[in-house]
Amino acid sequence: MHIYSSHVLVCSGTSCTSKQSPLLIKKLEDGIKRNKLDKKIQVITTSCLGLCEEGPIVVVYPEGAIYSNVSIIDVDEIINEHLVKGRIVKRLLSGNNEGNNSYESADFFKKQERIALRNCGVINPESIEEYIALDGYQALGKVLTTMTSEEVIDKVLDSGLRGRGGAGFPTGRKWLFAAKAKGDKKYVCCNADEGDPGAFMDRSVLEGDPHSIIEAMAIAAYGIGSDQGYIYVRAEYPIAVKRLNIAINQAKEIGLLGDNIFGTDFSFNLELRLGAGAFVCGEETALMTSIEGKRGEPRPRPPFPANKGLFQKPTILNNVETLANIPVIILKGAKWFKTIGTKKSPGTKVFAIGGKINNTGLVEVPMGTTLREVIYDIGGGIPNGKKFKAAQTGGPSGGCIPTEHLDVPIEYDTLIELGSMMGSGGLIVMDEDNCMVDIAKFFLEFSVDESCGKCPPCRIGTKRMYGILKRITEGKGEAGDIKTLEELAESIQAAALCGLGKTSPNPVLSTLRYFRHEYEEHINDKKCSAGVCKELLDYIIIPGDCKGCTKCIKVCPTKAITGKVKEPHIIHQEDCIKCGACLEACPFGAIIRK
Amino acid sequence: MSKNCQCGEDKICQLNKVIEEHKDMAGALIPVLHEAQEIFGYLPMAVQKQISEGLNISLAEIYGVVTFYSEFTTEPKGKYQVNVCLGTACYVKGASDILDQFKKQLKIDVGQTTSDNKFSMNACRCVGACGLAPVVTINEDVYGKLEADDVKEILEKYRDK
Ligand SMILES: Cc1cc2nc3c(=O)[nH]c(=O)nc-3n(C[C@H](O)[C@H](O)[C@H](O)COP(=O)(O)O)c2cc1C
Ligand code: SF4
Ligand code: SF4
Ligand code: SF4
Ligand code: FES
Ligand code: FES
Repeated sequence: MHIYSSHVLVCSGTSCTSKQSPLLIKKLEDGIKRNKLDKKIQVITTSCLGLCEEGPIVVVYPEGAIYSNVSIIDVDEIINEHLVKGRIVKRLLSGNNEGNNSYESADFFKKQERIALRNCGVINPESIEEYIALDGYQALGKVLTTMTSEEVIDKVLDSGLRGRGGAGFPTGRKWLFAAKAKGDKKYVCCNADEGDPGAFMDRSVLEGDPHSIIEAMAIAAYGIGSDQGYIYVRAEYPIAVKRLNIAINQAKEIGLLGDNIFGTDFSFNLELRLGAGAFVCGEETALMTSIEGKRGEPRPRPPFPANKGLFQKPTILNNVETLANIPVIILKGAKWFKTIGTKKSPGTKVFAIGGKINNTGLVEVPMGTTLREVIYDIGGGIPNGKKFKAAQTGGPSGGCIPTEHLDVPIEYDTLIELGSMMGSGGLIVMDEDNCMVDIAKFFLEFSVDESCGKCPPCRIGTKRMYGILKRITEGKGEAGDIKTLEELAESIQAAALCGLGKTSPNPVLSTLRYFRHEYEEHINDKKCSAGVCKELLDYIIIPGDCKGCTKCIKVCPTKAITGKVKEPHIIHQEDCIKCGACLEACPFGAIIRK
Repeated sequence: MSKNCQCGEDKICQLNKVIEEHKDMAGALIPVLHEAQEIFGYLPMAVQKQISEGLNISLAEIYGVVTFYSEFTTEPKGKYQVNVCLGTACYVKGASDILDQFKKQLKIDVGQTTSDNKFSMNACRCVGACGLAPVVTINEDVYGKLEADDVKEILEKYRDK
């Protein structure tokens, strides 16, 4: 392998790509060639570095200088100053690491512990050599040449690793069941369907470190006695699909997939299967049905997939992030893994933080880190001086966590106690301008859309809950609505077949638990103090700003506005149907919604 | 209708080749549908029939699968696919106002195509650019940190193309 003295990493995650990072790459490469540095300096495209807010991001190694908001016109300066003369361009350093320019010591990264994301943004994901250079495929080698399959499973069991796909089921136990199951053929599947709207952790691993998933699946296959694996990946992730394909082909070429791997009699083949836009296919039995080429409807359990899964054969399914931990656990040991995180939930968790927060992006923190640390220390707090209201975890299956629980350590069990759940790792921050009834409605609408329709409690129940929420946000809430919501929630939880239905009431129950007063305000006073629910807002003319131009009178369909030319106008609330036409027509911004 | 077809140009031949390649694969239907949609842009009845014959799967089953997955469509799509992200991060930052604005400007609802076949509008969930919320994609282009006022201007760019 050619040795470069310097590497320039340019983020090509979705955020940075949309901010023109491909152009930066081209310009950097051209400039480096022009300065005849192309034998010394290599430009690498990486996946999301977690600093999307400040993108596009360029990192220069060995110094580890993080440049943010880099534009085309900055490229020459980076080349001339930094790459040619070795002087860091202070002006472009990320706000997070001013004065201290290394990647590892930036505030954003200080509290993080990168295991699953260890290679993301560090290696070129399209190069197997770089993965191997950072101990890649060593774990597989170690497993195949020095360990029995029982020892592999024991190690994973001992590490205490729990599934990162949502439920937190111990990974070793799952593998053990499948290892014990009888069958002439067994399958290993990877859940890369990442359905939680507002989360993209798995995507970053797939785009940034695809080989770690391949290696982990091969290890799992050896553990349970399988020779065939499937990665079920969302079709909406074209870059991930492309990089996985490249990685699979590279691994095949050098004999890390296929027959007799590492000269042993272990063989393993891997295929990609693309999802087709159905959230329910993230559920394990539905995912398997979908790989079989059918409508992705869940099936009742038992039989559990460990005994009868894909094509009716013993199967294990693991989430991308779960798998990304496996090679490290094999190499560094279960004992090491248990020193990170909490007793009940060892290791780390990756979160995609978004919403009303200063640093949106990906973070990986030890389990047991508090929400406050994630939101304020890493996430940089709430923008525009607004007040924090709640954090939502677990997506449509989860719930909202209010201010009074900011100091609870995040792990599987504590989140359940708070009425939310870990989910896959979406963490959306909401401020005083967000209406919690509206958020509950948003998630219920998602569940209604995505319900596969197989069982009535979910198909009909979620629709009814959504209908009630919609009415409440439209100012047509009635006494008794809250009670009906609670009753519906209870019966859906009890009777739905799969996790989608069973957990779909959670967003309503958790907002009712912490923000009941907002529901009551909507129902009783027909008000939305957050100012979100349009039908509950009044259109008002600010007398001081109104020039009396009469434009609004002309557009009002109900003649709700009166006033004389050149004098402040008035909206008569009893006639206003809140169509918003006046607000758009006013040339002076004198009409507001409140 | 056989693997002997050499032309490689005609869409029907292309599909036959795809079917031929996937014939022995377990669970071939969905991968074939993906490729068929790539070739034709959508999955009209004739295409479903061809797949039904090629893979020896009943038309009813194929239709059931096509309608189950939102990625598959039996209607042709507009030249520009407007995808408004309604993922959580975008939603809490006002994505529904953006969606309303697109509806108003294009005079179509989610899932519809303009009468000149120029624009189709869809709502999607998280395109992985939450840092830029609210986000809209139009074909390959990503627009972030949008405000309702930006919508008109963005659409102008595609209108006269
Ligand atoms: C409706 C529904 C959607 C799900 N979506 C996902 C998903 O997108 N990704 C994922 O890894 N797990 C998802 N799960 C959880 C999986 O069913 C399964 O528990 C998980 O993939 C197992 O892997 P793990 O043990 O490594 O977490 C979903 C579950 C349900 C009920
Ligand atoms: S709970 Fe909902 S998604 Fe799950 S099987 Fe029933 S109808 Fe389908
Ligand atoms: S919102 Fe509509 S109905 Fe109400 S005052 Fe304005 S134009 Fe008239
Ligand atoms: S359009 Fe605006 S400025 Fe003109 S009369 Fe109405 S409120 Fe006043
Ligand atoms: S996409 Fe570039 S930092 Fe996230
Ligand atoms: S929620 Fe819209 S990009 Fe993630």
